[in-house]
Amino acid sequence: MLDAVTLTVSVTALLLAAWCAYAAYRDEPTNDRHFAGMAVVTLATLVQLVVSLVQLGHGDRPEQGVPVFIGYLIGAVFTIPAAAFMSLAERSRWGTAVVAAGGLILAVLELRLHDIWGAGHG
Amino acid sequence: MAEDIHPGIPADGTEAEDMAQQRTQPAPAARQDAAPDTGATADTGTEAGTDKGTGTVKLGQGPGRLLLWFYGVFTVAALSRSIVQISTKFHDAPLAYVLSLAAGIVYAVITVALWRGGDQARKVALVSCSAELAGVIAVGILTVADSSAFPDATVWSDFGVGYVFLPLILPVMGLLWLRRSGREAAGAA
Repeated sequence: MLDAVTLTVSVTALLLAAWCAYAAYRDEPTNDRHFAGMAVVTLATLVQLVVSLVQLGHGDRPEQGVPVFIGYLIGAVFTIPAAAFMSLAERSRWGTAVVAAGGLILAVLELRLHDIWGAGHG
Repeated sequence: MAEDIHPGIPADGTEAEDMAQQRTQPAPAARQDAAPDTGATADTGTEAGTDKGTGTVKLGQGPGRLLLWFYGVFTVAALSRSIVQISTKFHDAPLAYVLSLAAGIVYAVITVALWRGGDQARKVALVSCSAELAGVIAVGILTVADSSAFPDATVWSDFGVGYVFLPLILPVMGLLWLRRSGREAAGAA
């Protein structure tokens, strides 16, 4: 279950990154559709947070420790909203580039989360 | 003291900076431009003198915004990582963890400098980015040459390979951006 959610977040984050990178290349600031995309990815990270907490509640433990795991989970939830606010402040292609970078960073966080949880159980 | 000599200049920084600013024109338009960056809480901290900088270029805008974003993320990453490591297993690799903490502090300084903008912030960012680049290269060479020096990885180990070499790329981009925005500021003045 957690693996599936992690994969979903990673894929949507990379799609958002590619989409926004293309928009930045075309010199566009973020628009409403981009923000809808960011909302979808953020929703996925919230689902991931809930699923992870349920798993922890069932007694499953991440291989590399609970504090680090929780830290990365929280980081994952806040990455895209933070990028969204920066793109509101920067109404140029560079604001869109920030969101693209945020998507990549989130994908990296998901990879780390996968490592921290451990391959054995998911 | 400063007010007596230059009654026309609001005293919001150190005296030495007041003197230094005399070489360049404190253009009213430039001051207006800098105002949103410095905000209402601009009266504390080491960069307190920035709001009277003459630079019209906003360090943390345009391409600088992307840099600001990366530096912000790296600040959070490096600081939280080193705080967790220092508080849970400091004696495993004290040097590595203290170094990560130092890296995090350098990232924090650059983030704040980019966000605030102005001449003083540019100088701070220039020094910090140079220190960052030197640190990445030094630690990179050390870790490649003698891996026993760092029993646990740091942000800067192996030239930042664990962070897709961004620790090496960021200071170079930062220095290039500081130079370019500095030129624009000089051109506009």
